[in-house]
Amino acid sequence: MSERIREKLQILADAAKYDVSCSSSGSNRKNNNNGLGNSSAAGICHAFTEDGRCVSLLKILFTNVCIYDCAYCVSRRSNDIKRAAFTVEEVVQLTINFYRRNYIEGLFLSSGIVKSADHTMQRMVLIAKKLRQEERFNGYIHLKTIPGASEELIREAGLYADRMSINLEMPTEAGLKLLAPEKSHAEVRRDLGVVRNAIVQFNDERKIIRSTPKFVPAGQTTQLVVGASTETDRDVMWMAAAYYKKFELKRVYYSGYIPVREDNRMPALGSPPPLLRENRLYQTDWLLRFYGFQVQELLNEQHPNLDLQVDPKLSWALRHPEQFPVDINRADYQMILRVPGIGVKSALKIVQARRFGKIRIDQLKNLGVAYNRTQHFIRCADSPFQLNAPAPEQVRQMILNKSSPKASIAVAQLSLGF
Amino acid sequence: MITYLFDGSFSGLLNCIFRAYQFKDRQVYVTTRQHYQPGMFDDVVDVPTDDAKAQRVWVGLCRKISNSSQTAFYRCYLAAQPAAFQALFDYACYVFAQQRMVDKDYGHPAVLAVAQFAKQVGRAKHHVEAFVRFRKTAEGIFFASINPEFDVLPLAARHFRQRYADQHWLIYDDIRKYGIYYDLQQVQEVSLNMAQAGQVLDQYGLSKASITLDAQEALYDQLWKDYFSSTNIVERRNIRLQVQSMPRRYWAYLNEKSI
Repeated sequence: MSERIREKLQILADAAKYDVSCSSSGSNRKNNNNGLGNSSAAGICHAFTEDGRCVSLLKILFTNVCIYDCAYCVSRRSNDIKRAAFTVEEVVQLTINFYRRNYIEGLFLSSGIVKSADHTMQRMVLIAKKLRQEERFNGYIHLKTIPGASEELIREAGLYADRMSINLEMPTEAGLKLLAPEKSHAEVRRDLGVVRNAIVQFNDERKIIRSTPKFVPAGQTTQLVVGASTETDRDVMWMAAAYYKKFELKRVYYSGYIPVREDNRMPALGSPPPLLRENRLYQTDWLLRFYGFQVQELLNEQHPNLDLQVDPKLSWALRHPEQFPVDINRADYQMILRVPGIGVKSALKIVQARRFGKIRIDQLKNLGVAYNRTQHFIRCADSPFQLNAPAPEQVRQMILNKSSPKASIAVAQLSLGF
Repeated sequence: MITYLFDGSFSGLLNCIFRAYQFKDRQVYVTTRQHYQPGMFDDVVDVPTDDAKAQRVWVGLCRKISNSSQTAFYRCYLAAQPAAFQALFDYACYVFAQQRMVDKDYGHPAVLAVAQFAKQVGRAKHHVEAFVRFRKTAEGIFFASINPEFDVLPLAARHFRQRYADQHWLIYDDIRKYGIYYDLQQVQEVSLNMAQAGQVLDQYGLSKASITLDAQEALYDQLWKDYFSSTNIVERRNIRLQVQSMPRRYWAYLNEKSI
């Protein structure tokens, strides 16, 4: 028995790993029933694999049997791989026993589609229900919405899950039609809409009746695969921004495409995943969510792609010399956030610290800003007077010369011929 | 410059602050008796620990700093380094000297240092919450040992009590030689010094010779190792990031990293 479950776990964990969503944050489920587990608002990463990604949830497929044939997916029906399926009880036992040993924060359950969307979704809901009701499990459960599942099932799933997600996969409708002709973005939008409406409805009810049950407390997420077709960064980020707005998503994940088979529509097998591009996309995503940037400022017709050498905020700042230098002691918080090398934490510290006296360069360095980048864009109390500011191109060179590790990764990526 | 020596306790540190005000000492170097390196021209004062005085200082301090800064103050103390004690002393003096609330004045070196030490300790607490790996004994107790950078088990206890409310567990600090044990009612400190060790270990069935693991333990241990290796994406190998997020000091305690 143990050999069989080991094999199943290997197959189904291997098939689930390309889903990059791993976070266990954002939920507030308490262990009120003296049962097992609770969720930590910030999430906890329990281990880190050799690829540097964190293991927070037990991320598995219920089954990797699938009726669809999406070109980018390792579990597509035309792929000749080992197939397996868990039973409901097996998933429940794995989750509980891993959780009790503090290996994981909870369960991330996805699945290939067997028979029909409803049939698959039903099994997944059953697992979540069993965990919550029979095992009194209050840990984190992330359920994938199966595209095309019925509204009742999705709403039932939301009562047990902390987070739900459904992947857009391709950033353009054309890309999706090319690689996964059986799927459409319209279907994804419908399912995202169902969950969004239910979240809104439950939140409204909770204002009147406090005991209204939780419904997807950690919200919804989605994932975009980048580098599989010919989309620009602008396509990706505009799409993401639109979905953030329309469906109040908690996160959009960007997954650099890793070739899983030879296909003339996609990058060749063995070509390295676009890790740096992925990193820049995430940085842009953070700028949208935490730094008050609009997507049009960072990516537009003149700049359809992100600069790989420098981060998106620096790249924006170099394009807008008229906005700088910023006086650290006077500028408002929103403007300080826009200075390259200053993050949210440092910006808050600066705003708090300057109430007690003017900030000098040495203090700024100690506060934790990346002074190598920041120095060209700010004035402190003791900044020396500068007659003519260097041109943006010079600033860029000065920053790049004081080698940042990211830039060296970029070079390594270009030169390593796999 | 005068040197204050205290016993390393939180009360002891607060007593140093009390004494500095009592005797109007302004330039003070604070350290513990254990850390102290005698110097030829040192003017040394041994500060006794008096809980009543410590209480007075603490109440006064709480009046002048926010709740989050009180937490930061205590966490900084847990860093248990002379630099941290010195920062706390300077911080307290600065807070008392000012009329207004200055606990967010990050331009001041002591305020910033306290915030930074508190952050380090908070990180160690988070590491404990993340990297503890329980093993189930035949008696049904989940036990784990860990080696945190700082003495953070008391901080992490609440998290484990809330999360694992329906199981007996024991987390043992391998460096500081004590553990916390939860018996479904409350969390208590268990220190395994040589006199007690045998007794306590026997009581919980944990002594080295007699640890018998649950029958299923080997299976789930193996499944977790399998999962850990199958979820890795070989094409994205990035050891530097792995080590950065999961410091090597914990690897000996992680079953997925042991062979």
